[in-house]
Amino acid sequence: MSNLEKYNKAFCEAFELTNPDFASLNYMGIEQWDSVGHMSLVAAIEDAFDIMMDTDDIIDFSSYEKGKEILAKYDVEF
Amino acid sequence: MEKFFWDSFSQFSDRIALQEGQREVTYAELGIMADEFVSNIDTRSLVFCICRNCVEAVAGYVGMLRKRIVPVMLSESIDSELYNNLLKIYRPQYVLCPKEFCPDVEESQIGAYKLVRNSFEAIDLYSELALMLTTSGSTGSPKFVRQSYKNIQKNTESIVSYLGIRDDDRAITTLPLNYTYGLSIVQSHLMAGARLVLTELTFFDRGFWNYFKETGATTFGAVPYTYQMLDKLRFLRMDIPSLRYITQAGGRLGEELHLKFAEGMRQKGKDFIVMYGATEATARMSYVPGDYSVSKAGSIGVAIPGGRFELVDVDGGTITEPEVVGELIYYGDNVTLGYAEIREDLSRADERNGRLETGDMAKMDQDGFYYVVGRKKRFLKLFGNRVNLVEVEDLFSKAGYDTACVGRDDHMAIFTTSNKNSEMVDFISAKTGINRTAFTVFYVSEIPHNESGKVLYSELQKLIEV
Repeated sequence: MSNLEKYNKAFCEAFELTNPDFASLNYMGIEQWDSVGHMSLVAAIEDAFDIMMDTDDIIDFSSYEKGKEILAKYDVEF
Repeated sequence: MEKFFWDSFSQFSDRIALQEGQREVTYAELGIMADEFVSNIDTRSLVFCICRNCVEAVAGYVGMLRKRIVPVMLSESIDSELYNNLLKIYRPQYVLCPKEFCPDVEESQIGAYKLVRNSFEAIDLYSELALMLTTSGSTGSPKFVRQSYKNIQKNTESIVSYLGIRDDDRAITTLPLNYTYGLSIVQSHLMAGARLVLTELTFFDRGFWNYFKETGATTFGAVPYTYQMLDKLRFLRMDIPSLRYITQAGGRLGEELHLKFAEGMRQKGKDFIVMYGATEATARMSYVPGDYSVSKAGSIGVAIPGGRFELVDVDGGTITEPEVVGELIYYGDNVTLGYAEIREDLSRADERNGRLETGDMAKMDQDGFYYVVGRKKRFLKLFGNRVNLVEVEDLFSKAGYDTACVGRDDHMAIFTTSNKNSEMVDFISAKTGINRTAFTVFYVSEIPHNESGKVLYSELQKLIEV
């Protein structure tokens, strides 16, 4: 599975989505992505890439696109 | 007559009571603002107070206590169907709310809030009734707890004393005012002459942590699911020099996380205080003193000053020996008057006489520390919201689904004979406002019953614990 596929899968799993418009996803933008959903998403992404994000990065992880930039710091390339 | 803290702000006159962003309000100013806020409301009126963590809401609340006006504290994000139902049932003479809350014509306006007058008739309120708070608003129940002036004064005194709240403390708001734990933090800091740092931001907003550091906050309170978030955010690795101690209440944290935060905070030379309480006991009933937070992790601690616990067996006898489980009974001046389910209930006097059956099953250890081991009735805590499973089943039943619900911390299993999985999760998540990850629907051909027709919840519970 490519990194992009893993990344998309984490969003689908955390928010129980099928074929969403990934690029439009952002924090508080959909009902599922509230503070509780944010926790599930971070857990899913950390599991998918076997990383542990810093506090600042967890807080800044505010959208699908922003998340990609953040993961670059952890050597996850898309 | 007893002296109440909300009547005694003049002793702290020039100290800062409230801070919201750059705005600071002294105790003297708070007193004036509070009285102005309610100047158009008659004493002993009933008011719906829509809560937000802002200066106006705190001033309005304080003003109502001072003028003996009774607020019903409601969430700003209340479900509109529930809100309209409550309006119909309780017929409040006024609504005090944020300007955007409802389109009704305003009576008067103060800052971000407005006062709306309704045409409902006056009401005969019990003379000592001070406040109405919900216990399980999330399932749409119109049930409230009736708290008295003495309840609030006594519980607040006790909290200030056992937490050792100082006048140089600064509590940052992390919980809503319509929630008893959030309100108790506001009350205890106002009694101590300390500062409240008001914000609607959450732990996940970058602005929250910046604001925390700028304002030099010394303490906050959080519920179990927010502690899970704080753990995820590596809170224990953050460097926040101004922080003095943190508290936890609102459900069972679990021994592992209790221990992790207790040890982590101790390494920083700071306290982690786990507390236990209920809206029915105003707010707090017990706490684990900071010195015992590691050795007694998983415990609810000892009764607060002025209160005491008793364990009762099935026959009503008192249990005195350690490690024997019984129902936890609490005695104290903070035991509230009783419940209200209709407007007429607001005339009722004290129905509990200082004794509260908590509905929790508990045991005591050799050192006198108490441990909750389960619930007598069917309640769950889902991300900080107390959810009555009977009410959830009723909601489903009205919508045409046959269900039986069980669960554990932060998770509800819904067993159903209706094969409509995802729409049921949509339904209950929308009705309760709780994230859908809290719910899982299991399809069964038949819900197990015993011979007398009672649902065998223990059988269902076993299915989810495999």
